[in-house]
Amino acid sequence: MNDMTLTKEQREARLEGMGCKRKRVEDIRFTQGKGQYVDDIKMPGMLFGDFVRSPYPHARVKKIDASRALALPGVIAVLTAEDLKGVNLAWMPTLAGDVQMVLADGKVLYQNQEVAFVLAEDRYLADDAIQLVDVEYEELPVLVDPFKSMDSDAPVLREDLVGKTSGAHGPRKHHNHIFTWDVGDKDLTDKAFHEADVTIKELISYHRTHPSPLETCQCVAAMDKVKGELTLYGTFQAPHVIRTVASLLSTIPEHKIHVIAPDIGGGFGNKVGAYPGYICAIVASIVTGRPVKWVEDRMENLSTTSFARDYHMTTEIAARKDGTVTSLRVHVLADHGGFDACADPSKWPAGFFNIVTGSYDFPVAHLSVDGVYTNKAPGGVAYRCSFRVTEAAYCIERAMDILAQKLGMDPADLRMKNFIRRDQFPYQSALGWEYDSGDYHLAMQKAMDTLNYRALREEQKQKQEAFRRGETREIMGIGISFFTEIVGAGPSKNCDILGVAMFDSAEIRVHPTGSVISRMGTKSQGQGHETTWAQIIATEIGIPAENIMVEEGNTDTAPYGLGTYGSRSTPVAGAAIALAARKIRAKAQMIAAHMLEVSEYDLEWDVDGFQVKGNPQARKSMTEIAWAAYHLPPPGMEPGLEAVSYYDPPNMTYPFGAYFCVMDIDVDTGVAKTRRFYALDDCGTRINPMIIEGQVHGGLTEAFAIAMGQEIRYDEAGNVMGASFMDFFLPTAVETPHWETDFTVTPSPHHPIGAKGVGESPNVGGVPAFSNAVNDAFAFLGSTHIQMPHDSWRLWKVAKELGATA
Amino acid sequence: MSEIEQHPLTLTVNGKKVQRFVEPRTLLIHFLREELSLTGPHIGCETSHCGACTIELNGMSVKSCTMFAVQANGAEITTIEGMAAADGTLSALQEGFRQMHGLQCGYCTPGMILRAHVLLKENPNPTEAEIRAGIAGNLCRCTGYQNIVKAIQYAAAKLAGRDFQEAAE
Repeated sequence: MNDMTLTKEQREARLEGMGCKRKRVEDIRFTQGKGQYVDDIKMPGMLFGDFVRSPYPHARVKKIDASRALALPGVIAVLTAEDLKGVNLAWMPTLAGDVQMVLADGKVLYQNQEVAFVLAEDRYLADDAIQLVDVEYEELPVLVDPFKSMDSDAPVLREDLVGKTSGAHGPRKHHNHIFTWDVGDKDLTDKAFHEADVTIKELISYHRTHPSPLETCQCVAAMDKVKGELTLYGTFQAPHVIRTVASLLSTIPEHKIHVIAPDIGGGFGNKVGAYPGYICAIVASIVTGRPVKWVEDRMENLSTTSFARDYHMTTEIAARKDGTVTSLRVHVLADHGGFDACADPSKWPAGFFNIVTGSYDFPVAHLSVDGVYTNKAPGGVAYRCSFRVTEAAYCIERAMDILAQKLGMDPADLRMKNFIRRDQFPYQSALGWEYDSGDYHLAMQKAMDTLNYRALREEQKQKQEAFRRGETREIMGIGISFFTEIVGAGPSKNCDILGVAMFDSAEIRVHPTGSVISRMGTKSQGQGHETTWAQIIATEIGIPAENIMVEEGNTDTAPYGLGTYGSRSTPVAGAAIALAARKIRAKAQMIAAHMLEVSEYDLEWDVDGFQVKGNPQARKSMTEIAWAAYHLPPPGMEPGLEAVSYYDPPNMTYPFGAYFCVMDIDVDTGVAKTRRFYALDDCGTRINPMIIEGQVHGGLTEAFAIAMGQEIRYDEAGNVMGASFMDFFLPTAVETPHWETDFTVTPSPHHPIGAKGVGESPNVGGVPAFSNAVNDAFAFLGSTHIQMPHDSWRLWKVAKELGATA
Repeated sequence: MSEIEQHPLTLTVNGKKVQRFVEPRTLLIHFLREELSLTGPHIGCETSHCGACTIELNGMSVKSCTMFAVQANGAEITTIEGMAAADGTLSALQEGFRQMHGLQCGYCTPGMILRAHVLLKENPNPTEAEIRAGIAGNLCRCTGYQNIVKAIQYAAAKLAGRDFQEAAE
């Protein structure tokens, strides 16, 4: 087709570039059952590995007898910590600077901990063999309550750390203490509290939960003993990091390890870390020379690989009588379970929790976090969250409501009064961040106008009066959340994982006929990168997105990157993509100048090619330029048209949003119904609005689940409760509310395309909106703070305690 | 290898007759995925809660993770691999899921589409509430269901010869 027969608008539309609701490329295979997930991999001679797990949360392992299992035909081996010690892999480093047992080394620290790895010809036999491994345990006193972890008589959990008075993040003050993280100005904070007109103080807990993607964690390790090469397929959100860790641990040179993350069935933070299953599968394949598959079942997933949250936040705000906040003080008790396996950038023991000042202009603040060990599973992963930002957003958004209640102010008005103003950006927060951009008042006002907020408050007042008169058994809550996210980890000056700076990368190759293959260091788990990354390239270099193939997850072909989590893909890799594309465009400009026999400065970019300024008829499309790049490049210029970019972000990005939840609660049943949920997001430049809205729907559904019932609970004996979908709340289509989405656009000033990232915003902002709605509903009956999760049984109990039940 | 006695099994899968010997304890999902290499149906929970393994069996929606392969002897089964026409044309549901952005990671999608397929046979013109109740046995962690509902409405409209005007949201 001759480009010039099309209008500029038609040529732009043909690109399906940024801003377009492009249909997803991935869906073509997924809707036909042709996705390729780890468990779909079959290899000749493949063995199956499975774990013997501890029924006890804290016990000595006295003896492991595998003889009955080994006698079963088809069982190849049973690995224990003693076997792993031979290859120095009985323990492995965690991302948080701790070490974790791969297989129980003398004792177990949580229920379902990995004790032995059974290797068999098929998965049924592996399961049979597990039942035949005899393990003798001696039970030890169990520590479940984090608030008792530092009692003088608390049991010693980590015997390997006895006598160690400091850890990866500084001094330890007790045998179950991991770290103290102290940020901000304590003296000025104390002074502000001393001088305050009004203060609030509340213990705000964010309970333990789990990301629970529909596909569990799994891998296939295949060691080629002849070549000395290891191929590792796995559910990896960060395949390159896994390759580096696998090389460091196994001593196989990194170039002889091929890590491939195929299609991933959701991640949500669950698939960032390295787990015992990966290590055992690799060791088993090295030992046997046969491929080894390890696939978690759901109970294993929920009870062992990576819990999230479990933060207990004592929160205080100081304010003036008029509602102006003057100081924030937060102490967090962080329950890390048996090992500190938090998936945070290495220097951040509590992630970016110091975003806890939120969207408000706190002149001073002080934060301290104490991490402790308990007899629970390790983890502390960022469940659709940028490293403890969900906890921080919940903390401040709940606390602002509590302050509003104490002041007798409307919570929307209190927020409006204290927002960081548009003219204050870039804004230095009291706890050390530089917020890039925002217009909080605009977003809040838009949300309030859309919902007719004042009328809702009036309705609520009338319903409260009707309730008091006994005319209704229903109470109404309006939950507000105005969150500020911090995503895009991150700048090398302060973000690394095990020493590797958290840059990201893109490589773009334009083929002679003008089509493109592009590879990135990120890895989609449903975010639709194959679709959206092509849109960025399409806009930048004028080649239709349908002619651009995006490939991620193969560490042999993709440039090194730190992967996809913490909403970092768009802020970091998205920038790398734009900059790599711009390198291509710059070279293309030189080629076009040569072809048109003009100076490159006489050319201007026009949608999909270069044209001579003032003479648009004289132009070369990118397709023509691509051919010339291979066929007849300008004298002295290297042929070809490709570029690589590694992007080290200068700053984080700070998406934000205004979320409102309108809820009705039946006090006699505790059943809460979400009448309306409105989510306004500002994620800067919007690459694909359809995908953004899909992300928001999904994140809100997770937020709804977490706030309203999803929990990994332990009983007093340390038994993990709710480790199956029978007990762990995942909402169905019936419970899930209808979502209303909206947006404002405040581009990031430091990002090449102004995009900020959005995937996690709805989880971060959604949870406080739901919880604030519940709390707002009960506030007029005399409650100040109700702990999550807000399932019907708990809400009924709250109503009963407040004397509101029939 | 296992010394458990093998049982003969004959069934029709996606229109093709299949004959095999299987262990009596082999789950139908493993038979489909590993013996027949039909990896569209997935395993998400092993307890019938998530529905990623949903197939059509004799006109009913069945979670193939909690049924033995031998129980399917003589049955007619459709999996996601059998949804498109022989010439490769996608079914209305497959098209609807893409048009309405009814999927993200794709893991629940084969089960969700197969469930919707039977739902629309039972109720060709369902309301939103009927769709939501109808897919309550299938969990999705990514989409929040809103666009899945639209995808099914799209397919219902298309199968009835009507235009579906709404966009994904």
